[in-house]
Amino acid sequence: MTPVSTALDERFRAAAAAAGLLDVAYDVLEDTPVGPLLVGVSDRGVCRISFDPEPERQLEHLARVFGPRVLRSPRPLDPLRRELDEYFEGKRHAFDLDLDLRGAPEYHRRVLAELARVEYGHTTTYGALAAKTGNPRAARAIGTVMNRNPIPIVLPCHRVVGSNGSLTGYGGGLPRKEWLLRLEGAIL
Amino acid sequence: MPVAVPPFETFYDTHKDEVLAFLRKRVGRERAEDLFQDTFLRALRAYGALEHGEHLRAWVLTIASRLIIDGARRQRPTEELVVEPGGEDARPPFEELAPFTDGLPPKERVAVVLRYGYDLGYDEIGAALGSTEQAARQAASAGVRRLRKETS
Repeated sequence: MTPVSTALDERFRAAAAAAGLLDVAYDVLEDTPVGPLLVGVSDRGVCRISFDPEPERQLEHLARVFGPRVLRSPRPLDPLRRELDEYFEGKRHAFDLDLDLRGAPEYHRRVLAELARVEYGHTTTYGALAAKTGNPRAARAIGTVMNRNPIPIVLPCHRVVGSNGSLTGYGGGLPRKEWLLRLEGAIL
Repeated sequence: MPVAVPPFETFYDTHKDEVLAFLRKRVGRERAEDLFQDTFLRALRAYGALEHGEHLRAWVLTIASRLIIDGARRQRPTEELVVEPGGEDARPPFEELAPFTDGLPPKERVAVVLRYGYDLGYDEIGAALGSTEQAARQAASAGVRRLRKETS
């Protein structure tokens, strides 16, 4: 059986996206400074950035949340790809993208909206974020929200640190958090 | 519990090579590439409405066969079907059946073509038709009875 040629395969993937038939278009950005990233966009906006680029683990989840028509199709990811490139080169300090947080519970969305206001090169603490979203004692819950952040980097959970200044934790692993904060000049 | 509908990527990746091979055998290399894209776009259109993930192979092959049937109907009688020369399957089963099955009601036509043209099992045909194995068997035999009546 002759396998489907790359040209034919890519033509179909582009046509599927162009026809507006996808619940989520995704792609894997193979070489970013923080390693491979799986990125996804729905018809409403960016819906996923993952440091775990194994599609098998991600696709089921995307299909459950956004619908089963999940297909790798690079074109719809172009704006995100461009802004991420600029960010990694230090040329972009804020993202200008629509986001789709449909899969996140209401409380998570509220916290993530607050998180989005933490500016480039600055940090905040879990406690401060907890206080701003209504419950100063909920620092641990904030940690959970950060850990499940569906769109890290763009929603800057790397800018949230412990009250003593320690990096504490990161869904993508501490070395990545440190790299991002260093890029932004938030740590030396 | 019914099998969940897999992400489209998984479905596409599992069946794309077989769908292309299926199309190539029947309509030749060039036309197969057009129909390949049409097949999966049509599958994608219907995919969100699937209630379970069973018999997806039969389902997508049925979509491909329907596209071949539709294309052949549009082309005849001014154009010949393009047949890839040589090979053990040089005469597509559908081409042999098409002139006879065209007058059948749609369900019977699909059942007859899939059974006798493509050698699919009744369980797969039932799934492809969105009904049961039993109903597929009945549709195929009703189709054959009708053909006998019409051709005798």
